Amino acid sequence: MSSNKTSRIGEETRVDKVNAELVTLTYGTIVAQLCQDYDSNYQDVNKQLEKMGYNIGMRLIEDFLAKSGVGRCANFRDTADMIAKVGFKIFLNVTPTVTNWTSDNTQFSLIFEENPLADFVELPDDGRAQDELWFSNILCGVLRGALEMVQMQIEAHFVSDVLRGDDTTEMRVSLVRYIEDEMPPEEE
Amino acid sequence: MYNLEFENTIMFLNYTIALSDLGTLSNMGVFSLIIINKAGGLIYQREFQAGLRKLSTNDYLVLAGTFHGVHAITRSITPKIPSVQPPSPATSSPSTTTPAASHSYPNPGVPVTGLDYLETDKFRLTCFQTLTGTKFLLFTDPLTGNVDTIVQKIYELYADFVMKNPFYQIEMPVRCEAFDRHLGAWLRGRT
Repeated sequence: MSSNKTSRIGEETRVDKVNAELVTLTYGTIVAQLCQDYDSNYQDVNKQLEKMGYNIGMRLIEDFLAKSGVGRCANFRDTADMIAKVGFKIFLNVTPTVTNWTSDNTQFSLIFEENPLADFVELPDDGRAQDELWFSNILCGVLRGALEMVQMQIEAHFVSDVLRGDDTTEMRVSLVRYIEDEMPPEEE
Repeated sequence: MYNLEFENTIMFLNYTIALSDLGTLSNMGVFSLIIINKAGGLIYQREFQAGLRKLSTNDYLVLAGTFHGVHAITRSITPKIPSVQPPSPATSSPSTTTPAASHSYPNPGVPVTGLDYLETDKFRLTCFQTLTGTKFLLFTDPLTGNVDTIVQKIYELYADFVMKNPFYQIEMPVRCEAFDRHLGAWLRGRT
């Protein structure tokens, strides 16, 4: 599928909208509560956010497929385009840039120019949150859950975040394998 | 084993006859809906017309499992054609070539699907499989048009009222009152 056509699907798919600040505040509250519950053990908070995202992704994929009406992607490059230009566009109204492909086309980065989850956020200055907490880690889980439902096992993690003082917010996504049962024909 | 499968087939046929008995009474066109999860388990079954003859719960489960199997078979028997291989001078010894690798599906850009629909004079069974592996089986009157639109709308309602219900457990039987209500209302509104 051509890149332009993918963008158009992202633009034209209509979903119900809610106030963005409500999302930001709700998500912020969840993260803050988790930090409290886990006694500022940020590794555990990251893990928990990823798990929550995973459960969301497994459900959200059906909504994505039903509303966008897209078919199966021919390869992982198409999948990356679809995630950035349709998935993030319809659910968060942002379009991260897909870049830094490895030569075997199994790993790429998503660079987020803007991130609605992190508006108004400043990480706690306890000297550890800046190094340990990935505030938007729920997004990694969402991708993992959603792609698992369409027969792709992936691994996703953040490598930088403007909240930590980095220049960009970057997520690294790696394809682990296509899940055997429903493999696309060309991989057989 | 053979006998069991044979019985399933008979049962399946009986069911289709039960449906077709009512074909003349309907003007709405949609008889019933079955949803099968990706493991072949029945997770939802509903009739949309009063008085439609019912099977026992167990028979529905067998029907779902049988259809799941037949669907998988239709996928796997898709004919493969010999792929065009550029003649290479390197393959001087014919014994080293593997015949299995030289076949591919016709039109490789289009993914292989299983059974899409099944039609008799009295009814039509449309199977819509989502990319996640869930199957929606819709029994309609053969004259009903736009079945694809109906199935698509049902998928949207499923995504909304089943998958987004936080207390619905994925892959488990669907017991969502809001889904029943919206599905019924939408189908009634169509006529």
